[in-house]
Amino acid sequence: MSAESQEVHHEEGDHQTMTKKRIWKIALYLSIITAIEFTIALAIIPGHPEYLKYANPAYILLTLVKAFYIVAFFMHLKFEKVGLALSIIVPILFIIGLILVLTNESHHWITLRQ
Amino acid sequence: MSTAVSQIDEIKTTPWSGGRSPFNVEYGKIMMWFFLLSDAFTFSSLLISYGALRFSASVWPAADKVFQSVPFLYDSGKPLVFVGIMTFILILSSVTMVLAVEAGHRNSKKEVITWMILTVLGGFAFLSCQALEWSHLHHEGFWWGSTPSLHALKEFFAEGTGTDVTRHLTAQEFANLFFTITGFHGFHVFTGVVINIIITVNVLLGTYEKRGSYLMVEKVGLYWHFVDLVWVFVFTFFYLV
Repeated sequence: MSAESQEVHHEEGDHQTMTKKRIWKIALYLSIITAIEFTIALAIIPGHPEYLKYANPAYILLTLVKAFYIVAFFMHLKFEKVGLALSIIVPILFIIGLILVLTNESHHWITLRQ
Repeated sequence: MSTAVSQIDEIKTTPWSGGRSPFNVEYGKIMMWFFLLSDAFTFSSLLISYGALRFSASVWPAADKVFQSVPFLYDSGKPLVFVGIMTFILILSSVTMVLAVEAGHRNSKKEVITWMILTVLGGFAFLSCQALEWSHLHHEGFWWGSTPSLHALKEFFAEGTGTDVTRHLTAQEFANLFFTITGFHGFHVFTGVVINIIITVNVLLGTYEKRGSYLMVEKVGLYWHFVDLVWVFVFTFFYLV
């Protein structure tokens, strides 16, 4: 196992990988995105309720961007073999199915609750 | 006999032709990834159930009215400030973790120890904040199976929405979902902190130095980043949306 892990490390060295500078850059991105979310929630929406319908899609989009940065760079998935990345990402797509099914179902629950 | 090998008998050396790991990743790391995948399904089931219940409710407690205290400083009037602090703590502890992994690649034991200890401290800070958040909500009357009185509930909803019956019903759903989901996440943070402490002790003892690789730090790092990843979603769907 030891010899194998050595080899893995060696090959990783050939690829572009996480350096200290890059880590802090990603940390800065994550902080900025979180700050934007707070700005929307605390500064923009209270003064402009007409933008409320754009707020939720904006939060979800920003959350997905944050998720991308965490998984791709902090969890290093961007630098792994494509096969490994696909075997993680493709099953995750099934979640979209559950979202579609349950949001559709929840519209019927509204009438059940009355 | 000719030494030339016909094309069909040639040994293939592509990643998928056998004899080696096509993903080029150590076994334990692949298993950590697949465990996290299954955990992602668990958390998304919880969050999607929350979404479905919330979509089907006519009223729902307003996040900026429920979460507006900062422990020891403000009792009310500061929406989202405390959870903002919690979010930054968790992001920062994720950064220190990835710095520990980076130091491990350079086999720098001293740096790994520093960053691992900071990561553990970040984990404890987050858990303390969550304990304060829970006790605050509990004192207001929210818990599994209990809500504040019908009169007190009014202040947690946008003005003039719902009736006593609908407010009580959805406040209960909100409380159950909030404590279950943040509790499940908090349990992950807690186990993450315990695992991080074990790994830190191992680094101190020189276990990985002898092994010649800090791959274990990388594996627990994956788990720790996942905990941060889940919080990003919990934060959005409970506090912002």
